[in-house]
Amino acid sequence: MAANTDAIGKTYAPTNYAVGREKVREYARAVGETKPLYLDVEAARAAGHDDVVAPPMFAVVYSFPSVMPVFFDPELGIDFSRLVHGGQEFEWGPLVVAGDEISTTLTVADISTRGRNSFFVFETTSTNERGETVCVGRWTNIVRGGS
Amino acid sequence: MALDPGDEIGPLKVTPDKYLTIRYAGASGDFNPIHVDDEFAKQVGLPGKILHGLYSMAQVARAQTDAGGGPEALRRLSVQFRGMGLPEHELTVTGTVREVDEGVAIIDASCEQDGKLIIRNAEARVRVS
Repeated sequence: MAANTDAIGKTYAPTNYAVGREKVREYARAVGETKPLYLDVEAARAAGHDDVVAPPMFAVVYSFPSVMPVFFDPELGIDFSRLVHGGQEFEWGPLVVAGDEISTTLTVADISTRGRNSFFVFETTSTNERGETVCVGRWTNIVRGGS
Repeated sequence: MALDPGDEIGPLKVTPDKYLTIRYAGASGDFNPIHVDDEFAKQVGLPGKILHGLYSMAQVARAQTDAGGGPEALRRLSVQFRGMGLPEHELTVTGTVREVDEGVAIIDASCEQDGKLIIRNAEARVRVS
């Protein structure tokens, strides 16, 4: 069944995420980062940052509160049990450090059907408390076709 | 950090332990049961709990920031996920500098496990000057 494309262009209310020092450290450890910049406040300050630096892929953490509810938006009709993550793109601006307040807005960039699969592409734009764009994400989600 | 066309990135090798997906779920907020519950994963036809694609992408990113000298060097990364990654099996990230244009290296990268690509067509832009 072809996916309903009516929701292309739909934008959701922004979500806010306060970047915590221990969260950055927890994330860095989980993905195997060992650089002191991510783990040690003194090392981060010595390098000119206000606090520990979030690894680039921490973008997942501050964007996810924006992404998760959209999977369950009835207007999109995504069958979560058939959902797979097909592709991901991030483009980064200034570094994010602990203490930053990140606001993320999500837009449904595209919905399409190829064969039995439906493709839902979300675009997230994350800005810090100074209004700088710290990350733009493009999330390609595939809903595998059923019988 | 100097990067020239043809230079190799990595290999970065990491073996996620048995409980990694649970720690990553906590760190990232993604608690999809296919990543944390063996029984559930098997019920939906998977061999067991599988790695989060974004965890594997983080390994690709780490190889780029290591090559570029720090997090500020990584400007952009795009990947395609294929197949599935499993805990307790080694991941290997490799890459090759395709070109360097105006101080930015464009790097083709991938991540494989047990001889299969789990991330392919990764493209990174890493600032080199």
